[in-house]
Amino acid sequence: MVSGRRCALGLALAVAASAAGCRSNVAEQALTLSEESLALRQLQTRRFDTKDELLLLDACSGVLQDLGFTLDESDTSVGLLAASKSASAVETEQVVMTFVAAGFMVPLSYDARQIFRATVVTHPVGKSGTSTAVRVTFQRSVWDSNGKMRTEHLEQPTVYETFFDLLAKSVFLEAHQEISP
Amino acid sequence: MSRAPALAVATLLAAASALGACRSSRDELFATEKSQVEMRQIQSRAFETTDRIAVVRAVIATLQDLGFVIEKADGTLGAVTAMKYQGLDTVLVTVTARPRGTTQMIVRASAQYNLEQVADPAPYQRFFAALGKALFLEAQEVD
Repeated sequence: MVSGRRCALGLALAVAASAAGCRSNVAEQALTLSEESLALRQLQTRRFDTKDELLLLDACSGVLQDLGFTLDESDTSVGLLAASKSASAVETEQVVMTFVAAGFMVPLSYDARQIFRATVVTHPVGKSGTSTAVRVTFQRSVWDSNGKMRTEHLEQPTVYETFFDLLAKSVFLEAHQEISP
Repeated sequence: MSRAPALAVATLLAAASALGACRSSRDELFATEKSQVEMRQIQSRAFETTDRIAVVRAVIATLQDLGFVIEKADGTLGAVTAMKYQGLDTVLVTVTARPRGTTQMIVRASAQYNLEQVADPAPYQRFFAALGKALFLEAQEVD
């Protein structure tokens, strides 16, 4: 049917056009500051009463090594440290569910392995640069039993509290958190 | 034996190799969506500062605020590479800071969305607005 074919073509073009618009929107969204970014920054940052950035970076690398991370990238001139840690992501209940579901011909998958990434950035703060801020962000990439990958930002406060606790103990300094007014 | 199938196959092979000579996926090396000059304008801004390290630090802080993972940074070279995962998509950004003259720093951001260059000015405008805030400086268009 000629009209049917034309209709399908029009639909295909419309989908392609909206997909193209969608693509530039994703890039724009990715580079726009969100309202949560300030709250997240406060969650992920602590201030230490020292000018010694290198001391803090050293201590961060020590804490990360203690936690089983390996260092991937560092640049002390801008206070950057990037590290990662591979681990199993297997949770027993997921595995059980998958096998039970398979018995009913329902395809499920379970998480198999993961890589944690930690990024540490230090920078001087305060008018006379007497303090240093340390910001750490954690993400994880998880691969399921089908090989599909997803990435999550870790945003639970306990993750960051634990890290800064270990860091503060390691440098014998107190970790101050900025509370928003 | 009929010659027609052999002829058809030969024609197809000739056509395929001719098309292959026209365009190979290797040509993507030098392919850009817009002209190089246009891309440079969309992707660059000038800031009134000579402190390259301060600019790189501000770039890193801005990218972290935007939810990016910093992959690499080089303060001496003035370069930062970062990646952001959004569902099944990835946005990859490289930002460089180079001094111009005695008073300015040119910051250039190149973004890639999955397998494509981002050629739309809007995402870059957003990024430079955020970077300007972090630097307390105004982002000026580069001529």
